[in-house]
Amino acid sequence: MSETSGDIRAVTVPKWGLAMEEGTLTAWLAGEGETIAKGQELAEIESTKIANVLESPAAGVLRRQVAQPGQVLPVGALLGVIAPAGVPDADIDAFVAGFVVDPPDEEGAEAGLAEGEAAGARGPIAYKAANPRAEAVPAILVHGFGGDSDNFMFNIEALAADRPVYAIDLPGHGRSAKTLGSGDMAELAGAILALMDAVEAPRAHLVGHSLGAAACFEVASQAPARVASLAGVAPAGLGPTVNDAYISGFLAAERRKDVKAALQMLFADPDLVSAAMIEGVLRALRLDGAREALSAIAAATLPGGSQARSYRAMLDATPIRTLVLWGERDAILPPEQGEGLPASVRLVRIPAVGHMPHMEAAALVNEQLAAHFAAG
Amino acid sequence: MAKKTYRQAINEAIASEMRRDPRVIVMGEDNAGGAGAPGEQDAWGGVLGVTKGLIGEFGAERVLDTPITESAFIGAAAGAAATGLRPVAELMFIDFMGVCFDQIFNQAAKFRYMFGGRAVTPLVIRTMYGAGFRAASQHSQSLYPIFTHIPGLKVVLPSSPYDAKGLLIQAIRDDDPVIFCEHKVLYDETGEVPDEAYTIPFGEANLTREGKDLTIVAFGRMVNFANQAADQLRRDGISATVIDPRTTSPLDSETILDCVAETGRLVVVDEASPRCSMAADISRLVAEEAFSHLKAPIRTITPPHTPVPFSPQLEDLYVPGVPRILEAARAVMQH
Repeated sequence: MSETSGDIRAVTVPKWGLAMEEGTLTAWLAGEGETIAKGQELAEIESTKIANVLESPAAGVLRRQVAQPGQVLPVGALLGVIAPAGVPDADIDAFVAGFVVDPPDEEGAEAGLAEGEAAGARGPIAYKAANPRAEAVPAILVHGFGGDSDNFMFNIEALAADRPVYAIDLPGHGRSAKTLGSGDMAELAGAILALMDAVEAPRAHLVGHSLGAAACFEVASQAPARVASLAGVAPAGLGPTVNDAYISGFLAAERRKDVKAALQMLFADPDLVSAAMIEGVLRALRLDGAREALSAIAAATLPGGSQARSYRAMLDATPIRTLVLWGERDAILPPEQGEGLPASVRLVRIPAVGHMPHMEAAALVNEQLAAHFAAG
Repeated sequence: MAKKTYRQAINEAIASEMRRDPRVIVMGEDNAGGAGAPGEQDAWGGVLGVTKGLIGEFGAERVLDTPITESAFIGAAAGAAATGLRPVAELMFIDFMGVCFDQIFNQAAKFRYMFGGRAVTPLVIRTMYGAGFRAASQHSQSLYPIFTHIPGLKVVLPSSPYDAKGLLIQAIRDDDPVIFCEHKVLYDETGEVPDEAYTIPFGEANLTREGKDLTIVAFGRMVNFANQAADQLRRDGISATVIDPRTTSPLDSETILDCVAETGRLVVVDEASPRCSMAADISRLVAEEAFSHLKAPIRTITPPHTPVPFSPQLEDLYVPGVPRILEAARAVMQH
């Protein structure tokens, strides 16, 4: 392992998702010699799947920019070096010269992520786990309609520094069973509770995106004692309106073009939708039973194109600490639905971000969530 | 997700459809291997082991070893399809089409049309094609353009394990005759393949690389070479889109024309002989429909117009590879 040497810390090409083998450094966001805080945005990296910001793994001074913008580098390659100002230049040079890229793991190369299955009511519920042996109360990340656990590729490890983090595939989604009962919110909540049982978590911090947030609110209604805190990222369940063009467009999409048009509604910057992201969504939709399952969930949770259940009354009454994060340019669920919540709910509106804050503004969302978990 | 070979992906597709639909049967030379002869059943499971294990699960009634007579068993498969079964027949090498072509192009391909849409022919012919296997002139050809030429046939060229499984399940569920062309050099390629059944619609191209400067259309095994070339070009600051049409009939012309409109430059990589090939066909399409978008002449990369040589040195020169794609890409960029 060549990641650190004394106070010297390597900044390397991250691995965002199983398929990522290399990344392009598109820009440095910090200059050589600049003092850096841990978690500060350091550089922009682009994989075939998505472009995103790399956060600093440590505090210190950005002593070297080893890689130049435009360079294509394998996962794990050295981008730059962070060290305290007092470390001599010669030591930095020696560190750079001696740096060796760790060979990529073979199977399950998503560093530190384990895959598991819980027994759901109608079949297996798949999940990914980071840092499962940590002692603290775990966090469970719940994706939205049509998504899967990979939607949290920028969050799961960042949040797992001191606690277990699990990202679920809801029923009908990802690698979970495609056979459903009614497909209603109670069934989705049941899957979250099944995952908690499987990992022997009496309580958990629940983080839901969009429809997944409503499923978390449903868990809080049914089993409040099992919820350590709630966080909704662009949450459903706070108002009737939803962009039905997205839901129906997504369900009907057979071809790349249609999927692209639907996915572009999710992001404030439509260029974030890459060919690989489209193919990933198509791969999920092509599985036998996937479309039928999604249609059933849409029919049960969004009858007539509007949200069946509101959890505002639950939030008004609950003592559970709740955080709501909303992109101001969300085109799926209007950010105005975050208004008028009880004073106990902390609302953070994020400018220039669409319906996917956990991807579009991962650093900020991770910071907010980590602080929210820790405050308990 | 589990990594599987192209061979396993094809085997899984057949097995999962045989489990799902009792009308699906497998037939061909040595598909079981050893059946009807003394010795171990399933000794072979196809000449390169693709159908291994099927006879054990589904029995000799649904996994038929046939005599070495393509004219008879391909004809029988077409007839079986017309009467309600869903046969997956294996034409061991595409080069053997010569002895059973009437059964394919004059019979199976015509039934739906000649019976006014009242007959369907859910026949899949799996067949191996392609050079690079040291198998000489009669076992190395890329004859898929000949099938593409025939109205009434669907022609599939999977380039990866994921595509192989999804396209084969689609082929078996399709009500028309499908020629499913497997490149023999790809059988040991690995990739992520879901355990569940899934289908990839025909006529839907895949973009395996995305770029703005240049479009590369490639077929079958050539997709992998085009991807490697695109990755190298990216290091030189040239971004290329690689289009894998997945099926030559139907063809996703829309995606090809859209990408050419965006990039203005086209390279087509086709392992078939150059005349009346997919390279020629795509060039015709783009010259006719997107001429005003072109910033440089179209370049096609194909083998020379010769039989596939047996000499390993000559065969290596014959098969289009990464260096030729790079050379053509740089030439259209500099035009």
